[in-house]
Amino acid sequence: MSDPEEKSKSPVTDSLSNREGLRVIGVPRRRVDGRAKVTGQTRFADDIFLPRIAHCKLLRSPHPHARIRKIDALRALAHPGVYLMLTGKDLPIQYGILPVSQDEQALCVDHVRHVGDPVAAVVAREELTACEALDLIDVDYEILPTISNPKEALATPEPRIHEYGEEGNIHKQVALEFGNVEQGFAEADEIFEDTFFYQGNTHLPIEQHASVAIKDPDGKLTIWSSTQTPHYLHRALAKVLEMPPAHIRVIATPNGGGFGGKSDPFNHEIVVAKAALLLDRPVKICLTREEVFYCHRGRHPVLMKFKTGVKKNGTITGVHLQTLIDGGAYGSYGVASTYYAGALQTTTYHIPRYRYEGCRTFTNKPPCGPKRGHGTPQPRFGQEVQLDKIAEKLQLDPGDLRLRIVEAPNTVTANFLRLGTVNLTECIRRVVKASDWKNKFRKLPEGRGVGIACSAYLTGAGLPIYWNKMPHSGVQLKFDRGGGVSIFCGATEIGQGSDDVLASIVAEVLGIDPFDVRLFTGDTDLGPVDLGSYSSRVTLMAGNAALQAAERGKALLAEAVALKLDLPKERLRFADKRIFDSAAPEKGVSFAEAISLAEARFGTIGTVGSYTPPKSPALYKGGGVGPSPTYSYSAAVVEVEVHSATGWVHVPKVWIAHDIGRALNPTLVRGQVEGSVYMGLGEALMEEQEFRRLPKRLSHALVHKFPSLLEYKSPTSLDMPEVVTELVEDPDPRGPFGAKEVGQGPLLPIMPAVANAVYDAVGVRIDEVPITPDKIMKALAEKKAGRNPRYGPDHFPHVHWPEALRVPPPWEGGDGNAINDVHREKPRAMKEKVLAP
Amino acid sequence: MMRLPLFEFRAPQTLAEAARILDGEGSQAMPLAGGTDLLPNMKRRQQVPKTLMSLNRIPELHQIDLSDAGTRLGACTTLSEIAADPCFRNGLTALAQAASCVATPQIRNMATLGGNLCLDTRCNYYDQNYEWRKSIGFCLKKDGDTCWVAPGSPKCMAVSSTDTAPALMALGARVRLASRSGEREVPLTELYQNDGIHYIKRQPNELLTQVILDSSHGWKSTYWKLRRRGSFDFPVLSVAAAARISANGVVEDARIVVGSVACLPLLAAEASKSLRGRPLSQDSIAEAATLAARIAKPLDNTDFDMTWRKRVTAEFATYALRELRGEDMRGERLLLRRHSSSLY
Repeated sequence: MSDPEEKSKSPVTDSLSNREGLRVIGVPRRRVDGRAKVTGQTRFADDIFLPRIAHCKLLRSPHPHARIRKIDALRALAHPGVYLMLTGKDLPIQYGILPVSQDEQALCVDHVRHVGDPVAAVVAREELTACEALDLIDVDYEILPTISNPKEALATPEPRIHEYGEEGNIHKQVALEFGNVEQGFAEADEIFEDTFFYQGNTHLPIEQHASVAIKDPDGKLTIWSSTQTPHYLHRALAKVLEMPPAHIRVIATPNGGGFGGKSDPFNHEIVVAKAALLLDRPVKICLTREEVFYCHRGRHPVLMKFKTGVKKNGTITGVHLQTLIDGGAYGSYGVASTYYAGALQTTTYHIPRYRYEGCRTFTNKPPCGPKRGHGTPQPRFGQEVQLDKIAEKLQLDPGDLRLRIVEAPNTVTANFLRLGTVNLTECIRRVVKASDWKNKFRKLPEGRGVGIACSAYLTGAGLPIYWNKMPHSGVQLKFDRGGGVSIFCGATEIGQGSDDVLASIVAEVLGIDPFDVRLFTGDTDLGPVDLGSYSSRVTLMAGNAALQAAERGKALLAEAVALKLDLPKERLRFADKRIFDSAAPEKGVSFAEAISLAEARFGTIGTVGSYTPPKSPALYKGGGVGPSPTYSYSAAVVEVEVHSATGWVHVPKVWIAHDIGRALNPTLVRGQVEGSVYMGLGEALMEEQEFRRLPKRLSHALVHKFPSLLEYKSPTSLDMPEVVTELVEDPDPRGPFGAKEVGQGPLLPIMPAVANAVYDAVGVRIDEVPITPDKIMKALAEKKAGRNPRYGPDHFPHVHWPEALRVPPPWEGGDGNAINDVHREKPRAMKEKVLAP
Repeated sequence: MMRLPLFEFRAPQTLAEAARILDGEGSQAMPLAGGTDLLPNMKRRQQVPKTLMSLNRIPELHQIDLSDAGTRLGACTTLSEIAADPCFRNGLTALAQAASCVATPQIRNMATLGGNLCLDTRCNYYDQNYEWRKSIGFCLKKDGDTCWVAPGSPKCMAVSSTDTAPALMALGARVRLASRSGEREVPLTELYQNDGIHYIKRQPNELLTQVILDSSHGWKSTYWKLRRRGSFDFPVLSVAAAARISANGVVEDARIVVGSVACLPLLAAEASKSLRGRPLSQDSIAEAATLAARIAKPLDNTDFDMTWRKRVTAEFATYALRELRGEDMRGERLLLRRHSSSLY
């Protein structure tokens, strides 16, 4: 019966190359958790109520910078209904998301660094009681001078906000050179120098962070928390509470939005865990919106300078980028952010020589960290706006210019990032066509304009946060006799659809319906480790782990069924909840029968899968930030109307094309693209994490200007324009069924495309975001006066940069190591721990 | 936001009972209409009344009387009712427009006309939670002694942020205030004063019960609002304009009101006067708009750059007057709102 020729034709063998063979993948579907979400039945952390639950509130510093002299809690403890008071002394061990930045304490011991830094916790019978008790805690502060921005930080080495870092109030400096960039400028026909400023902004998840902790009856700890990274929280809890990890269970509840804002271990999580252990009763905290603004970890404000050399035909000969980064009061992911601000410039266009210098400073404001696009939207804004200026000077269409310089697929870039598939060319062509670009650019009436921009983003960070050689994601499958399959995985559903991705991959491989799959995710006790929902890594990494586990299960089932049906197992097909002879479909067994057959033959059926990213060729210090199994690409055209009498900007329409590899569930992919456009427009036009310093002679206050959903302006659904989404599908063999990321990349081209469209509309350059009407009016006034029609930073301050690590690019014979790294005796020394999301 | 503080709740069923409660409790009690502003403020501890007195069960506060002679609106008429009812078009267009662009549909379903007229003044230093205000040492309006937006100022500079007051002022409305000792009628132009704390001349024992409008026959009116987003936001500049225009196009009477640029809505008297006896020509509109903008004194305590807010005031006055002249301004409205999901 077995015929080798027929076998090769069998649809079972290669689902990747045969799209028609796919029943689940690629089909627009209702997500598996959709019903619970739209009917309000998803149980978020704040929905958890347990018997005897107590409520926790944090007393936060009203001062931006101070020493704590004394905390007197006697009055608070005497307040009726108060169970417990904690201060820094109770939780002195430092922690932080990066091994190199263990600079946080759950409650400040003796030093507060921003308004909102927690100094004490009260646990009480009622939330209101806890609030009242906060006012009864007397804290004696010694006020310290404050730093409100990086320029002040550079000029004010003392007092230091932290006792570690490069020097003074500089947290981290990076200097890398890939090829001689001065040589590149010497070969250029034109040199462009521009400074840009990208204002900070925050994630604004609709769900405020919440956590509930209990001491289990056996004395162990369980915590439910709105976290994107249960595994990293697990590690931080073990460290600070000095408990064996085996005695701690972290359950990531579905997040009501994360966007990077829930990927650090947070002080409130540690505090409720400690309180639950001490009180032996459930303890809960739900942050207020103001407190969410104080957690922050959002987009870093970045001042940047781009120097770019080009040939007359648009070819880039060299790029020199400098960034000055406002880190806020703690390290958070900041070291990684500083590298990221320089890492991905090389992934879109061919840059033969590249120099990057970055400097992150501490300031007395809530800490910045990873927000959707982590570190890369700021330089992407500068690069894409500068390309628009270059195109104009070279008299090239900005779309055509980009088409000329798009980097080739499967390339190793100047900074040793190994690219996978690159369909940026197709993305550009699609948006140019869909938007009727050729008939609009420089051709629309005054006040209307179009702008184009592109981007790339990681499909998962190639290295973990802490150094280890283990898989980045693991999946276990349990096969039930009744025909159900359970997925156990640490991956965390933050609204992005990670549960649906896992279910769809397993269902596709096993030929069942995604709704027949049960998911147990984001639970450190139930599932194997997945590093978390950050860096757009879940689809590719957890997806590949799920694919491997499912294929292994399929093999067991196939063997048992083949025996039963007396067929070669290669002829079996899994579809429609059956396993049958592909040559005679009526001959087969149900999926449940198949499990029973396999169980009878092999015992209990459970399989595992895991995924470890390929090794990166970037071996230099800092080369851990930027590598990814593959990169997604996006191009966008934004149309604007600008009212010249007021500077008012309106965006009527956006066209965006995204190189997704393969859309596992196109409904989810489009949702992510549109959500990115939405968030990008907010960053482009309104959002500002702004601070206010009161007159120094009267006050030392340095406060967030408006920590509220009403006054922190983010677009509403009514402000959303029409969005035309084009998905470019060219399966990348590195992703499950060829899928690449979509959660972050499509955000990136929006901001520069808006700025470029404003220029097309009214002829002024706004070299910073947000692009507000008053800035447009100022630039229009400059234009009218015959001066430079521009609004933006006028210079980049002097920074004393360290000597750059010199890494020859691949085409100059480089091997991925720096040739002048005196600190590294051997390449790839294991002590290097600065690894990234 | 924190949870609501504890308070006593009263729900009188007659005006007399309400007046008696207010009289007894004095400034310790606050009337609760829609609660859409007061309750969040209480959560931020901006107001901590001992007693909240709901007005919801007093039937006469919900009455709407429309006749040829004019309109009487009970203070508890919701903004949704005003926005939805076609009888508030034509002469009363400004009111309907103002009501329809307050906050969000859910809030308009609760928020009342009386509540919006009595709306607390707003300021970026004041509309913050207790902890935030503590971190700046509080401010003049509540618990502190400095007005941070103008530290030399002896008075509070919080901003009048009501949408309906400028519209009703342009329409020449009066309000009825009732207390245990009697009732009085006050022109809306005289209800407010230039002080962010004592912005309204309503006594603590008085209730605003009714809005009274004379016949709007022959009048046209319009309301323009500046806010960052096409929904949700309080105004940070508004222009309401009403005019009676003769058959041959001459302005017989006009009122222009500029809102959200001071502690009270400002009647632009000179600008209004400048239009009388003239057609709404490009020149007369430009002159009136310049005069109207002159009185706007925005400060840095709301959304948007204050210089820019001042600068676009004339532009907004121009929109309003051009619309009264009969120009189709839907394009400008669409540009400002970014969506076309409403009539206005």
